[in-house]
Amino acid sequence: MTSLPPAAKTPLVQVENLVKHFPVTQGLVLQRKVGMIRAVDGISFTIERGETLGMVGESGCGKTTTGRTLLGLYPPTSGRALIEEQDIFQAKGAQLLNIRRKAQIIFQDPYASLNPRWTVNDIIGEPLRVHHLRSSAAERTERVQELLQLVGLNAQHINRFPHEFSGGQRQRIGIARALASQPVFIVCDEPISALDVSIQAQVVNLLEDLQDQFGLTYLFIAHDLSMVRHICDRVAVMYLGLIVEMADRNELYENPLHPYSQALLSAAPIPDPKKSRAHQRTILSGDVPSPINPPSGCRFHPRCPLAEQRKNPACREVAPEWREVCSGHWAACHEA
Amino acid sequence: MNNPTASPSPIVQLAADDLQTPPLSLRQLTWRRFRRHKMALFGLAMLFVLVAYSYGGMLLVSEEYANHNDTKLRIKPPSNEHLFGTDTVGRDILARTIYGGQISIVIGLTAALLEVLMGVTIGALAGYYGGFLDSLMMRFTEAILNIPQIFLLIVMAKFFGGNLPNVTLMGREYSGSLLVIIAIIGLTSWPYLARIVRSQFLSIKENDFILAARATGTPTWQIIFYHILPNSIAPIVVAATLGVANAITLEAYISFLGLGVKPPTATWGNMLEGAYGYIDQGAYWLWLFPGLLILLTVLSVNFLGDGLRDALDPRSRTV
Repeated sequence: MTSLPPAAKTPLVQVENLVKHFPVTQGLVLQRKVGMIRAVDGISFTIERGETLGMVGESGCGKTTTGRTLLGLYPPTSGRALIEEQDIFQAKGAQLLNIRRKAQIIFQDPYASLNPRWTVNDIIGEPLRVHHLRSSAAERTERVQELLQLVGLNAQHINRFPHEFSGGQRQRIGIARALASQPVFIVCDEPISALDVSIQAQVVNLLEDLQDQFGLTYLFIAHDLSMVRHICDRVAVMYLGLIVEMADRNELYENPLHPYSQALLSAAPIPDPKKSRAHQRTILSGDVPSPINPPSGCRFHPRCPLAEQRKNPACREVAPEWREVCSGHWAACHEA
Repeated sequence: MNNPTASPSPIVQLAADDLQTPPLSLRQLTWRRFRRHKMALFGLAMLFVLVAYSYGGMLLVSEEYANHNDTKLRIKPPSNEHLFGTDTVGRDILARTIYGGQISIVIGLTAALLEVLMGVTIGALAGYYGGFLDSLMMRFTEAILNIPQIFLLIVMAKFFGGNLPNVTLMGREYSGSLLVIIAIIGLTSWPYLARIVRSQFLSIKENDFILAARATGTPTWQIIFYHILPNSIAPIVVAATLGVANAITLEAYISFLGLGVKPPTATWGNMLEGAYGYIDQGAYWLWLFPGLLILLTVLSVNFLGDGLRDALDPRSRTV
């Protein structure tokens, strides 16, 4: 690594009270709002330089929306997101372009995330072209070939189209595109969920190697808990638009405080049948409530085994405080 | 940030595959699919013949000859002198179909171009930006679709027609009514295309690669022109091809009603109009040749459009 920027003391990514509501509308010409999907409802977290923050939770809890909103891909309802102390929601023009160069994203679906009518050269060269990082087409091509080799692809395949590659290879192309502008921060939006298990390991190892090589910072969104434990330094658990618990990886996996985290972890398969039989699962009843009309008080209370057991009226009435239960271990639960 | 090329990468390389033949490009695949469509190939060849007929014929007969009337030679059947016979004022029908064909081709191409420009602009704006703009534009489009096109054409032809100065285009002088016909055909046929383009934009803009382009900071005009438009090219090309056939038919229709391009400029449509009063007198050559040419052109263009629809669809895997 060359010298770090002076801002190295503060976290690279700071998210404060991020809210993203999607309106539900009706009507043909004059659309009126009939409701709000509270996809992300006020979350805050920071990511240190070189760190990987994992974000887990079941489908529809707002993980993907968080990642996309903090990059400014969806207009936020309120809140702030700072990358290297620059507010991405306030930035315009050249400043916004500069943040876009530094913060990139890798998508879940390797089939939908590459333009089917562009060659690999066009796809990976796009950030170079948009940010004027190379002066001529020949120099861009040279750089694209370097990037292809960097992610473990054959540089001779530069003029091929996405449909000529396998899923894992396409995901590598997506990674090369994200790396092209030499970013410092990458949102990995379930980058391995759409891949075969054998390919998952390759892609995760590639992401780890690249992190070591370039000192990258990741927000790693996933629902594969064992993979998150493998790659992440800290883990945040999301439920219905809120972060319910956040702690260091080992602390969270060994000592989950929030009943939702406990249920989530107990649902992860254990690769040893003997241990698996002895293992006590917490089975949650019911479905995730609608984010249009979330439950009062603690959002988890209608499904929470602890709330049922202890009959604490606060669970139904008061939204739990986000507090540091023990050093570096935060949770939002009345009973934890 | 350090330079990733400074040190040799520690990342394991995947083995290079040694394919003997390079895989086919999108263009090659498209051509292979098109080639299988025999009727489309026939249409393409037929169109070449018709263009050669209309523009090659120019070298053999002059326009003065096509517009020259000789009252002593009225309604003569095909002979060695006049291969397709002569019309009601003694003009040579072969020469008139040649120059009429040029008009049909010009009208077909330019009216379809106008249709594509309007349809793509309105559809793209509505589909990309959505919201209020989308509602406004689509309600306008539907309002236009609610009025029968033929009715619109007749009213507009009547309203804008009349005596117009002649215009010179590509070394040939045309009746001013030609421009009016092109404009009104173009202006009344775009709504259907606009809806197709809008639906394409609506679906393509939700793809992750559009989000990736935004995350890169690609400007909006590049997202529209480099990302979305090339991906919606198939239905646009097909609609444009069929638009050519449609414009030729419509020109024939309004010329037949006497509202189109004014004689002496020949078009296949106004030649049919001239034949109208003589059909029951057995003068088949008056309508047969221009009618046959319209039929052949429209049929060929439609076959071509069908072939293109199958060939350009990337989801059809048949090679």
